[in-house]
Amino acid sequence: MNTTTSIEEIKPPITNVGVIGWLRQHLFNGIFNSIATVLILVLLIRVIPQFFQWAFIDSVWFSSGQECHQAKGACWSVITQNIRFNVFGYFPYEEQWRPLVAMIMLVGMLIYSRDWNRWNKKLGYAWIFALFVMGLLMKGGLFGLVPVESTKWSGLPLTLLLSFFGILASYPLGVVLALGRQSNMPVIKSFCVVYIEMIRGVPLITMLFMSTVMFPLFLPEGVTIDKVLRAQAAIILFTAAYIAEVVRGGLQAMDKGQYEAAESLGLNYFQMMRKIILPQALKIVIPPTVGILISAFKDTSLVVIIALYDILNTTKSILSEPEWTGFSTEAYIFIAMIYYICCFSMSQYSRRIEKQLEYKNTPPQQTS
Amino acid sequence: MAAESTHSAKTYFWNDEKTRAIIYQILTAAAVAFLGYYLISNVQSNMAKQSIASGFGFIEKEAAFEIGESLIEYSAADSYGKALLVGVLNTLKISLVGMVLTTILGTIVGVATLSKNWLLSRLGNIYVEIFQNIPVLLQLFFFYALFYETFPVPRQALNPITGVFLTNRGIDFPVPVAHPAWGYMGMAFLVACITVCLVNRWSVKRQERTGQQFPMFWAGLGILVGLPLLVWIINGAPTEMNIPELKGFNFSGGKNISPEFSALLFGLVLYTASFIAQIVRAGIQSISHGQTEAAMSIGLKPAHVLKLVIFPQALRVIVPPLTSQLLNLTKNSSLAVAIGYPDFVQVAGTTINQTGQAVEGVAMMMLVYLTFSLLTSAYMNWYNKKIAIVER
Amino acid sequence: MSTEQASSQPQAKDEQPIIEIIEMHKWFDDFHVLKDINLKVMPQEKIVVCGPSGSGKSTVIRCINRLEEHQRGKIIVNGTELTRDLKNIERVRTEVGMVFQHFNLFPHLTILENLTVGPIWVRKTPKKEAEELARHYLEIVRIPEQANKYPGQISGGQQQRVAIARSLCMKPKIMLFDEPTSALDPEMIKEVLDVMVDLAREGMTMIVVSHEMGFAKTVADRVIFMDFGEIVEENDPYEFFDNPQHERTQLFLSQIL
Repeated sequence: MNTTTSIEEIKPPITNVGVIGWLRQHLFNGIFNSIATVLILVLLIRVIPQFFQWAFIDSVWFSSGQECHQAKGACWSVITQNIRFNVFGYFPYEEQWRPLVAMIMLVGMLIYSRDWNRWNKKLGYAWIFALFVMGLLMKGGLFGLVPVESTKWSGLPLTLLLSFFGILASYPLGVVLALGRQSNMPVIKSFCVVYIEMIRGVPLITMLFMSTVMFPLFLPEGVTIDKVLRAQAAIILFTAAYIAEVVRGGLQAMDKGQYEAAESLGLNYFQMMRKIILPQALKIVIPPTVGILISAFKDTSLVVIIALYDILNTTKSILSEPEWTGFSTEAYIFIAMIYYICCFSMSQYSRRIEKQLEYKNTPPQQTS
Repeated sequence: MAAESTHSAKTYFWNDEKTRAIIYQILTAAAVAFLGYYLISNVQSNMAKQSIASGFGFIEKEAAFEIGESLIEYSAADSYGKALLVGVLNTLKISLVGMVLTTILGTIVGVATLSKNWLLSRLGNIYVEIFQNIPVLLQLFFFYALFYETFPVPRQALNPITGVFLTNRGIDFPVPVAHPAWGYMGMAFLVACITVCLVNRWSVKRQERTGQQFPMFWAGLGILVGLPLLVWIINGAPTEMNIPELKGFNFSGGKNISPEFSALLFGLVLYTASFIAQIVRAGIQSISHGQTEAAMSIGLKPAHVLKLVIFPQALRVIVPPLTSQLLNLTKNSSLAVAIGYPDFVQVAGTTINQTGQAVEGVAMMMLVYLTFSLLTSAYMNWYNKKIAIVER
Repeated sequence: MSTEQASSQPQAKDEQPIIEIIEMHKWFDDFHVLKDINLKVMPQEKIVVCGPSGSGKSTVIRCINRLEEHQRGKIIVNGTELTRDLKNIERVRTEVGMVFQHFNLFPHLTILENLTVGPIWVRKTPKKEAEELARHYLEIVRIPEQANKYPGQISGGQQQRVAIARSLCMKPKIMLFDEPTSALDPEMIKEVLDVMVDLAREGMTMIVVSHEMGFAKTVADRVIFMDFGEIVEENDPYEFFDNPQHERTQLFLSQIL
């Protein structure tokens, strides 16, 4: 019989642990990896210092356009000197505190609503009140606020507006479409299928074009909708089709037993959906839904093409001025960072929820 | 005692399940029909008031606008129909080239994120994070700006590799001078492809019969490279290249890719590759480690483990979302209108502007992309059915 | 005190052990998972390894076919020492068969293809011969009629038997079993254990990590108890179960019996 003798603490071989062990396993594991490591380090050494030189050491931060042209490094002044126009667009200069407050309120409410435990009736009322106040701030006309037409709403507020209301309105529409597609009634089912497949098969641009050139034709003479509303409608109709597909996935993933249990309790269709099926199905598909939200946020940049001034278009306008021509790189890097921060936060949030609800990893859905 | 129903045996027809369903559907159909009628009549009256023609007659009218680049002969005197065809061809061109490049890049980055090399996998992850979270249109603008702002005029062209020049007029690179040898090489390559198929079949049969393995990979590579090479040597080994040369203000000779096409290609490829990388990575990770262990325990060499066990299973998981992404690339190519590449949407947009026929124009745009989408869906359905893993 | 190495079969004095593990240590990063393992396995010997989870019992047998790498000590399988040399590793793997807890059949191949992939690609057997071999082993594990089905279409017990047949098609000298019945529904455990008993009676060298004590009593020549990465006790099955010497062994046995 083997009895255990006390074995003193034997340490693993030195090449296996600690710094050397890590280096060996992670950087120099075999010939191919060692060569790759060396090549990458060489590349990084050549590129990074040069970039730092350009972006930070030689860069100019608060000068005019002319001084920028003479400088060697990055011209960050294109952003700092134009920040008000970049962020707020054509909104009247003195009133720009209003969209600022509205944006802060929106972001604040969103951050507060992140925790599901806080969702109750009071929060619902708070949202309604907040949206009313935001609308008031943007539109004006009451309480002594100068009225500002929606054509002047531009920059970051426009981007946030289009994405937020885009997903807010397309969500219920998408759920209805998904339910319709699952239905047994052939007429309703075919309408939903045709709608969903048609919209998913075309690029968002065609919908935006449709909204700019075709919507006016749809309306009786004399009635006009403003451009922002048209674009918003196009985004809503577009996003709804993608939400419909994602919700359909959730409905199909539901255990059949849930439907059967609900029916045997005597619940009718609407009660069953509202109380039993949808709460579960929608929860399952939160990650891909947030993916659609992220895509919708990125897609608001397409309104450049129909001459609405979201934050990307205001950047382009700045760059088209003679004083600031030639600094596209700096300006676009700045905008890219804004988008990156927003999208990254949203996907981090989605990952957190995924962990909380313990999903299997699925590849993300890109919608456009 | 027989139980008696306490409710009347007659079911009112509006409570009957089937009748209700029919009523709902009739109501829906009526609502949609009414809405459709309302919209269409508005469209017709509005178009009449603005004297906009209707129908597709404009296809034969003269287009009267130039198109920046085209795969076929085109001038402003040609019809709208021809212009639209040029647009479709341009869309196909960017889509096909883009699909090939993005699949290759995406696969490389995806495999890199799985690498044990910490630097490689970190770089891969950073790439995916950055390019996924920035709108594709912004990336297109960025690359386009590189060309017309950062790159110099032809006189001071950037010359990273001999013969390749980067300017604000695009990329110029050398191409071989026309010589019959190149034509023969093309044919030789086709013959080589057929030969490889035949040799492969022979080697599989031989392995079934005798168990001996044939190094098909190297043999195939050798044939695909060697046969055209042989033909090239036989025809005198022509090496003359048409190198772009600076003549006056611009380059002549060689081949030029426009800045619009280049920017669109870079932007689309880099953006889509970030999504493909995640798909490839998820596909490979979805194969449980036990599969690799079981394959290795039987004694299979790593190359065989990949070929016989890992790839077949990973492909099943990768191909459907991959196809979606490639379709997205095609749809995103419509953003070409923002940087001036004459794809179909851009040409159709110009047509709408000039003829005023918005309905027909938008309808054509949607039709073209719907065709791509439906073809892709049909292919995916066929593929999924064919390789589905059989279960109870 | 029980004898050093109890073996119920007579041993030729000069017969060489088919597996020798000498002062083997293994670390997962800083964690010392296997401590000073010494083991000699004679040809045709059946060994059952048991112990609480985390004791390292699976890790030990996974080191024998190099699914895990040991950092110190020696492992010699059928005369070949396991080192970083790839040729040695491949040779060992063709002579050692492994059956996993979760079967690990290849879902995209038929049962027959699962069995023939090894002989065709490793031993370079012609296809017809490989298929005959496969059908022969399907008979031995008693499911010849499932040859053209896919793994997803058969039950867990059948899948595990196919997994055993798949390893047998490589004609190994040693069979390793890593908790082969732990993932099976109770009514399917017997069919798998029956096959393993048949295999044992045919004379295969087997190392089985398992809690199936009935199997150990029927077939094992030795039972080894591992805890915290060490071999705590080993003995012939009857002595082991009736007369555990070590306190930890007694504790473990009281928990599972």
